[in-house]
Amino acid sequence: MTKKEIFINSAFKENAIWSQILGICSALAVTNLMMNSLVMGLGVIFTLALSSSTISLIRDLIPKRVRMMVQTLIIASYVIIVDLILKAYMPQMSKALGPYIGLIITNCIIMGRAEAFAGKNPPLDSMIDGIGAGVGYTVVLMVIATIRELFGFGSLFGIQILGEWFTRWSIMVMAPSAFFVLAVLIWIIHGPIAAKVGK
Amino acid sequence: MEINAFIIFIASIFTSNILLTNFLGMCSFLSVSKEVESSVGLGLAVVFVMTLTTALNYVVYHMVLVPLNIVYLQYIIFIIVIAAFVQLTEMMLERFSPVLYYSLGIFLPLITVNCAILGVSLFMIIRDYSFLQSIAFGAGGGLGWLLAILALAGIRQKVRYKFVPKGLQGAGLSMIITGIMAMAFIGFSGIVVIQ
Repeated sequence: MTKKEIFINSAFKENAIWSQILGICSALAVTNLMMNSLVMGLGVIFTLALSSSTISLIRDLIPKRVRMMVQTLIIASYVIIVDLILKAYMPQMSKALGPYIGLIITNCIIMGRAEAFAGKNPPLDSMIDGIGAGVGYTVVLMVIATIRELFGFGSLFGIQILGEWFTRWSIMVMAPSAFFVLAVLIWIIHGPIAAKVGK
Repeated sequence: MEINAFIIFIASIFTSNILLTNFLGMCSFLSVSKEVESSVGLGLAVVFVMTLTTALNYVVYHMVLVPLNIVYLQYIIFIIVIAAFVQLTEMMLERFSPVLYYSLGIFLPLITVNCAILGVSLFMIIRDYSFLQSIAFGAGGGLGWLLAILALAGIRQKVRYKFVPKGLQGAGLSMIITGIMAMAFIGFSGIVVIQ
């Protein structure tokens, strides 16, 4: 596979959220505001890219039995870096995201990519694969967040788009709407789009 | 203001259900909820592990991390505590209670990567709970999770023979059911108020 194919494959064909239904905890939790989702997405891309390449670098040195533990620790180290950067430069955002930054560690996407790709491929390819998976994840996050923020607050990235006449859908700010929006998204992708692409 | 531990316990089951309002533990929630029996097994394992790891993490955080001023290592330490605890429980169960091991044992490895467990520990730190409050929060969070997965598994068993549009089968439908459940749980929000 060329580098480009690796990227497209991990970002869209094997997209964790819609084709494997992984890593949706954070996808649901942070998507009521677009800014939060963007920062979360960038954090995941960073962690995925670096942890995938690190795991791939030392893949022959890790004993099979403790593989999971080693991977978790590597991921956790990068998450700590993300957390510290956020705390230092965007304290407001760090507060808003709360525990969800820490929960990147248990985001199954990262472990999934480590298991499925980084454990068998060279570092550079793994890094591209990681970035691809992260971008795919961020795209889904942004789509959900756009819908939720637009209808819930009438704004995009905090800038008011819809005027006074618009009655805000308070359900879009609350928890249930995250489930509904993601469900409809999965429906659209598994139904009409999958039928068209023919897979 | 000091919140009564019992109120936290009730609130974490109903009004701020860890799964339905904080979206934690979704992965195993969706994949295991096909059968009621396995849901009960996983749910009970979550209650057990969540209660005890929250207590353990509280002790580790306040006795070790804060005095040594290495709070930023909390993620790594919490994950190690959880993984070690799960491993120990698995070994103990296998040794002393094979029956329980065969019903719960297979779910234990799943729990290490269940984000609800780590999430509860992190929430406990952020909200600055006392020891008693933390235990109540851990137990309540676990029971709330059990309640949610049980309800979904029950509904999914009923829905299995109904007509479902193509593309919505499986995960999509579970999400919609969960969404409706989350709406129903909002109805509890009058009972107690925290945060």
